[in-house]
Amino acid sequence: MRLCRVIGNVVSTVKHPSYSGQILLVVQPIGEDGADIGTSFIAIDRVQAGPGDFVVVLTEGNGVRQILQMGDIVPIRSLVVGVVDRVDLS
Amino acid sequence: MYLGRVNGTVVASRKVEGMEGQKLLLVQPVDDQLADNGPLQVAVDTVQAGPGDLVVLVGSREAALACQPHFVPVDAAIVGVVDQVHTPEREEA
Repeated sequence: MRLCRVIGNVVSTVKHPSYSGQILLVVQPIGEDGADIGTSFIAIDRVQAGPGDFVVVLTEGNGVRQILQMGDIVPIRSLVVGVVDRVDLS
Repeated sequence: MYLGRVNGTVVASRKVEGMEGQKLLLVQPVDDQLADNGPLQVAVDTVQAGPGDLVVLVGSREAALACQPHFVPVDAAIVGVVDQVHTPEREEA
């Protein structure tokens, strides 16, 4: 999983059937100091996250299929699975 | 998943078994500001996208799962046509 910040959303009308009704978020991977790392990507929302939220994003298809329970043929790879309250560094 | 812009179509008559009948498009991956991000890719289209369209792509094994039938040897598939990318935080900066 990756620690990310939600920076926006993508509006798409014409979608693959598996994506219908799903919310597409733009998420930016961040480091422990909150600074951006690399480029943003698109993830499906599962926890009602919104812009500015710090989130945990699952980026592995099998785990995503397990969570979505939409069968074995789901072309979705990234899923927002948690909203982060805080990160404690030791 | 990531964003891309469709640059053109790819025609390949001779393809490996299992890949027949798949529509191939040439796609430039882009970031959330729609700037080019990485090298061009050939992707299978599942949503009737066309040149100039901004699209959502899925990579790796999940690309094959987007296709009909789903056991197709591909590693990038177009799964949505984008109407709008809304990133207020970036626009302020």
